[in-house]
Amino acid sequence: MSEFLMPSLGADMEAGTLLEWYVKPGATVKRGDIVALVDTSKAEIEIEIFENGVIDELLVPEGARVPVGTALAIVRAPEPAAVGANPATVEAPTESRPSEPEATLAAALAGAAAAGAAPPLSAPVTRAAPPPPHRSRGDHRGHASPVARRAASNLGVDLAAVVGTGPDGAIRKADVERAAVASRPAVAAPIEAPPVVPAQTAPVQTPRATTAGDRQALMREAIGALMARSKREIPHYYLQLEIDFSKSLDWLHADNLQRSVEERLLPSALLLSAVARAAVEMPEMNGFWLDGAFRPATGVHLGVAISLRGGGLIAPALHDADRKSLEEIMRGVRDLVQRARAGRLRSSEMSDPTITVTNLGDRGVDLVHGVIYPPQVALVGFGAVRERAWAADGMLGVRPTVIATLAADHRAGDGHAGSRFLTLIERNLQEPEEL
Amino acid sequence: MTTEQELTAVVIGAVTEIAPDVDPHAIDPDADLADQLDIDSMDFLNIVVAIHDRTGIEIPERDYPKLGTLNDAISYLATAQRQGAGA
Repeated sequence: MSEFLMPSLGADMEAGTLLEWYVKPGATVKRGDIVALVDTSKAEIEIEIFENGVIDELLVPEGARVPVGTALAIVRAPEPAAVGANPATVEAPTESRPSEPEATLAAALAGAAAAGAAPPLSAPVTRAAPPPPHRSRGDHRGHASPVARRAASNLGVDLAAVVGTGPDGAIRKADVERAAVASRPAVAAPIEAPPVVPAQTAPVQTPRATTAGDRQALMREAIGALMARSKREIPHYYLQLEIDFSKSLDWLHADNLQRSVEERLLPSALLLSAVARAAVEMPEMNGFWLDGAFRPATGVHLGVAISLRGGGLIAPALHDADRKSLEEIMRGVRDLVQRARAGRLRSSEMSDPTITVTNLGDRGVDLVHGVIYPPQVALVGFGAVRERAWAADGMLGVRPTVIATLAADHRAGDGHAGSRFLTLIERNLQEPEEL
Repeated sequence: MTTEQELTAVVIGAVTEIAPDVDPHAIDPDADLADQLDIDSMDFLNIVVAIHDRTGIEIPERDYPKLGTLNDAISYLATAQRQGAGA
C-alpha cells in the first residue's frame, strides 16, 4: 500500500484542484500512466503515477483543492498475476521516463515548494470525507468537443447539464457559454474552495475550476510569487555574448530544402540543442540549488519558456534534450507548445526542468535579461536573429547574429564558469551538423 | 482547383486552429498576421503545415515572407495553385 500524493508541479505551486480522475478504484496502473487532471493556478496538468499497482481508493473527490503533498489515492501492489517472477522485467526502463533519482528529486522539490505553505502531509479533512458519487461525466465526454470541455471547465459549467446543439446532440462551445450565462451564480465561485465539499452537497455545485479572468489573475500571482522568490533568494549574475549565426542558418536553410513541410526545422531547435549539449559539458549549470548546496541533475531536461496566448508563461521540460536529434527536439517542442496552450501538460514536464531557455527573438528584442526559475541555477536567453555588422578576419561584414545571455546563480558558481558555458553554446552553433 | 473563397477559409481555418481565441471577422486582411495575432515562428510553421494538409500546396521556406498578411497569403496560394495546375 502506498499513497499517491498531489505532486509539486513547479516551485511556485502550493495547491492544486483535482479536476478529473482518469482511473477508478480497481484500475491497474503502471509507472508513467496518466491518472488524473489537476488544475494548478497556471494550467491544467495531466498527472502521471510513478509506480505500478492497483488503485485501491480515491481519497480526493473531483473539484477539491488540496495542498501539495496531500494523499490523492491509495495504491496497492500489483496483483500477483500481473507481476513477473523478476520485478526487473516489469519495470522495463523507458527511455524518456524520469529515473528514480529524479522522482526523488521531484519529491524534494515538492517539499521545497510546500515549505511555508500548509504542511504537505496533513490533510485530515480530505482523508475523513468519503468521495462524493462521481458524476457520469464520462458519458458526455464523447459528445462534447475538446473546446467545449475546456470552456465548461473554465466557466465552471457541468457538461451533464448542457444541451448540445451540434451533430448528434454534441455539445459545442457556444452551448457551454449559453449554459454558463443561464446558470451564472450571483456570487463568483470562490477560488480557494474548502478542500472537500460534504458528500450530501450536490457535487454539481462544487466549484470546479476558474474562469478565464480568474485564471489570468492566478497565473500572474503564481509567476509573481516565483519570480519574487527568485529575485529575493538568488544572487543573479548576467553575461551576454553575440554569436555569429550564419553557419547555423545556412545549414538550416539547406537542410530544410530536403525536408517535407512537417519536418522543417526552426532556428530555435538549433539553439535548444546547442544549450543542451553545452549543459552536458558543464554540469554545474544544470541542476538545482537546494538546502544550501548545488545538486547537479542526472539528465538535461530543458525548460522551454512558452508564452501563452492571452498572457502568461509556462516552462515545461523537454526531457533528455541532450540526447535528442534536431527532429526530435522540433517534435518535442511543437508538442509542448500545443499542449501548453491546450492546457494538457504532464506532471513530469512541470517538475523536471533542470535549466531553462527563453527565446524572445520572435518578438523582435535583441536580448533577454532572464530571471532564474528556482531552484534551477541558470537561464539562457536568446534574442532576435538579425543581420548585424560583424568584424571578422580584419574585415567588416554583415551577418545574421543572435545575442545569447546567461542569468546564473552566484551561489552555485562564478562568471568564469558562466562565460565558458556561453562560449560552448557559441562553439556548438558553429558546428550545426553536429547538433 | 480551389476558389479564392475556399482558400480564404483554409487560411482562416489554419490560423484559428493555432490561435483559437482569434475572431476571424476581426482579422485585418492587410495587416501583418504575426503582429496582429501574436503569432511566433512555431505558430507560423504550424499554419504552413495546416495549409499544406488542406490544399497540398507546399510553401518553401524562402516564400514565408510572401505570406505576411491574410490577403498576401490568399493571393500567394492562388498563384501557387494555378502554377501547380498548369505544370
